[in-house]
Amino acid sequence: MVKTVHPEAEYAAYLAEGRFMVQRSASTGAYVFFPRIAQPGTGLADLEWVEASGEGTVYSFTVIRNKPPTPDYVIALIDLAEGVRMMSRLVDCDPATIAIGMAVKARVGEVDGAPAVLFAPVEGGAA
Amino acid sequence: MSGFPRGRTAIVGTAVLGIDSRPGFSAMELLAKASLAAIADAGLTPADIDGVFSTLSEDPFSAMSVPEYLGIRPKMVETTRTGGSAFQIQAMWAALALDAGLCDAVLICYGSNQRSGAGGLVRSGGTPFPYEAPYKPRNPTTAYALAAQRHMHQYGTTREQLAEVAVAARKWANLNPDAFMKGDLSIDDVLGARMVSDPLTVRDCCLVTDGAAAVVMTRADRARDLPQKPAYLLGAANATWHRNISALADLTVTAATEAAPRAYAQAGVAPADIDVVELYDAFTINTILFLEDLGFCPKGEGGRFVADGAIAPGGRLPVNTNGGGLSCAHPGMYGLFTMVEAVTQLRGLAGGRQVSGAKLALSHGNGGVLSSQAVTIFGTDEVL
Repeated sequence: MVKTVHPEAEYAAYLAEGRFMVQRSASTGAYVFFPRIAQPGTGLADLEWVEASGEGTVYSFTVIRNKPPTPDYVIALIDLAEGVRMMSRLVDCDPATIAIGMAVKARVGEVDGAPAVLFAPVEGGAA
Repeated sequence: MSGFPRGRTAIVGTAVLGIDSRPGFSAMELLAKASLAAIADAGLTPADIDGVFSTLSEDPFSAMSVPEYLGIRPKMVETTRTGGSAFQIQAMWAALALDAGLCDAVLICYGSNQRSGAGGLVRSGGTPFPYEAPYKPRNPTTAYALAAQRHMHQYGTTREQLAEVAVAARKWANLNPDAFMKGDLSIDDVLGARMVSDPLTVRDCCLVTDGAAAVVMTRADRARDLPQKPAYLLGAANATWHRNISALADLTVTAATEAAPRAYAQAGVAPADIDVVELYDAFTINTILFLEDLGFCPKGEGGRFVADGAIAPGGRLPVNTNGGGLSCAHPGMYGLFTMVEAVTQLRGLAGGRQVSGAKLALSHGNGGVLSSQAVTIFGTDEVL
């Protein structure tokens, strides 16, 4: 396991390589997101990078409405299988079909040219 | 055991101004006009002020620039930067400082020209959060929309119930000569307005106005010799759980659940005792969440609580009697306006919107994205 040294820079560097990483405490096994120098609450500084499973469910979402031709887009809070939550965008789906509790899967894509973790509904993953 | 100096300090002067758009004034100029008006309302002069507790959205160093502008040399300055809850937190510090004798007269003040000056919302959120900003949430609206969606999912809250909040606010605003937005507003008007961020339409969102507000606080013994009827500070407490919405565990429960019981305990009152409730309603979901979190109804019942005009004029509980951030004013950080309205009601000077016999008023502040929650409870001398 790779110990975390510079959380923000290392998260971004992994992302630029197309990898979605989260932190895990070596002693407790608890996952941490967003990346930090130590576990929130306990201050345990034994965090290591692990590959995220990419599996999650929609905790909440909102469609951000824009004036055409700017497209609308969906901001969501995703509960990861690892037990942590993150903000992301829901892509590759009709916003009208999104529901809280829906199963989603991560992939590393781009938002406005910058690498970002995106989520799309899992086939047959209706809430 | 709380050491809060219940009833030993009071607000003795208030002012709000610039609720309409005031082109040509800087935020500092609006702040100064409100401050001088509040000091005069208190029967004092700038030379009497020895504590300056200031907030300007775009000036992190207002603790120095405001005293300079007003020509005051304070013994104490304070600049809490928790967004819209800053003023309730400052009232708490002011009470402690006054009671300890560190200073004798505190000015709490805020001003913004965001509507006329900046041409839109002033973003004062600091460094972009690297784990949200890349997705381009349109905060604060996005965060509150996420909370509203979750509340609807968990408790069956409806868009019509959210709209009830906006309609009630408008009905109060129609009774307030100083309110920015007036006229008829129906539930259908709210539902049919332009969708901004599902489930919130533009009428579920607060105004963007100019505005300034100020209050003056002294110890209670001095307050009795001043011209206005004092509004005694009975309790003040706050709690902070997060900064970014992705870090709030349950989007339907805020830190107000923790702050409110402390404030009630200090004041020695219960929610049922409160005569008038001034909440930070930046979005319609706020009023529903905070009525629950401040103990006016059980968790999840906020939508049903506000239905059928229950918080409108003539309803079961007077809430946001100035018209709130939704219809009265929302100049970036609205929290000080809830305090001025609470005091106005306790003084009995609210005109057509006066809540008859109001003795206990709650003024709440919300900062960030449901992040910082602050509660102050004020009372007349009858409840000391």
